[in-house]
Amino acid sequence: MLILKCPNCGQRNVSEFRNGGEYRPRPSRPLDADDQQWSNYVFFRHNVSGLQKEWWYHRNGCGLWFLAERHTKTNEILSTFRWGPDRTE
Amino acid sequence: MSRMWQVHELRDRYDAVIIGGGAHGLCCAYYLASEHGINNVAVLEKRYIGSGGSGRNTAIVRSNYLTPAGVRFYDASLKLYERMAVELDINVMLSQRGHITLAHNDISLRTMRRRAEVNRLQGVESRLILPDEIKQLCPVLDVSDRPRYPIIGALYHPPGGIIRHDAVVWGYAHQADAHGVHIHQMTEVTGIEVSGAKVTGVKTNRGQIKTETVLNATAGWCSTISAMAGLRLPVITSPLQAAVTEPLKPFLDVVVVSGSLHVYVSQSDRGELVMGASVDPFPSYSSRGSLDFAESLASHIIELMPGLQRVRLMRQWAGIVDMTPDYSPIMGFTPVEGFFVDVGWGTYGFKASPIAGKMLAECIATKRTPDLITPFSLSRFNEFDLMGEAGAASVGH
Repeated sequence: MLILKCPNCGQRNVSEFRNGGEYRPRPSRPLDADDQQWSNYVFFRHNVSGLQKEWWYHRNGCGLWFLAERHTKTNEILSTFRWGPDRTE
Repeated sequence: MSRMWQVHELRDRYDAVIIGGGAHGLCCAYYLASEHGINNVAVLEKRYIGSGGSGRNTAIVRSNYLTPAGVRFYDASLKLYERMAVELDINVMLSQRGHITLAHNDISLRTMRRRAEVNRLQGVESRLILPDEIKQLCPVLDVSDRPRYPIIGALYHPPGGIIRHDAVVWGYAHQADAHGVHIHQMTEVTGIEVSGAKVTGVKTNRGQIKTETVLNATAGWCSTISAMAGLRLPVITSPLQAAVTEPLKPFLDVVVVSGSLHVYVSQSDRGELVMGASVDPFPSYSSRGSLDFAESLASHIIELMPGLQRVRLMRQWAGIVDMTPDYSPIMGFTPVEGFFVDVGWGTYGFKASPIAGKMLAECIATKRTPDLITPFSLSRFNEFDLMGEAGAASVGH
């Protein structure tokens, strides 16, 4: 089974976590964003075959939402880290 | 005897290039050549034909969907499957043995009642049945109140059944080839040339091709191909696993599905039980099987058919599927002129291949979207007009 390192709890089986999908920034000015921008944000994905930055949720654990860098072809996890303005551009 | 299809040199120009040599792509090529007189067509397949979803699905065909547009579309597909053996001159071993979707709670029973009504309004045979009739159709099922999730009813869809999926692929390949289509295996697309929002060519590991028309029929890989044309899709790629047991004497002559228990099972002509369960819990392009899947599949199938406890699993495999937010496909035009998509099939792709190929061929040849597939356009996401087919899923999500 894939093992994921929760920034709080350390290494745990992937079955404890829920994948939250690829990281994608919200429209920077939500009130001014048009339908096209919202549709792009809500539905459309890069869905890369390769390195992906993505959200994970430690559902059966501490409840933390955090980020991981995972290779979607090999499922190799390069790093997991807390969300923070410095780490997410 | 001549071969089913020929090997050709890559031409430097084709009228249409179809990326993906599965049932969808080959079927589209067949209709382009046979019905629309577009014969200078190439089907590019990075491995061998039928090596993706077309050869990895559990070979179930049915049309008992939830939305009227979905029911009409899949019913048209089933009709084409019914006369495929004659049309393609190959034994596709279609067996319309009946398809039963079990309900274990009131909510699924309610969805099934709705599906039965929608199906019948569209002229598709489907009805709700109760445990005594379920027992008659499938004596192996435990319909008592003993199981943890008792069976309280089912959606019975008599025209549903199974088919030999490899024969479908080979049949389309053979007939497309006979109409002059070039099938290029081991030919990987490495780039798509776009100039002024128009397709002008395709780059492959065997050389360049000039063309104004490209169809993306690559299922799980569709996002990577679309990205070459600068297009993003509302698609997430996930593995979907399946497994077969050792051969048993014939005892199961219907397809049995339980959405609540995440399992679907049918018995092949060789006696093996062909089984599937849920999409893997996180998106990935990996087609490795997992022990989690085998364990959960086994526990669920035994819940349904306790007699199978000592049956051995022979092999398991995974294919990668292209899930959309509304569990419905995306077909037709894109903002890039000449770049067509036949993607987003998720777990429903194989069932749809004949009609999808036929409709896409018409779309490409006439430059007009056929009525049957207008609800499945890419633009529906920008208009927030989604389809909502999740309730008809056999596969757990």
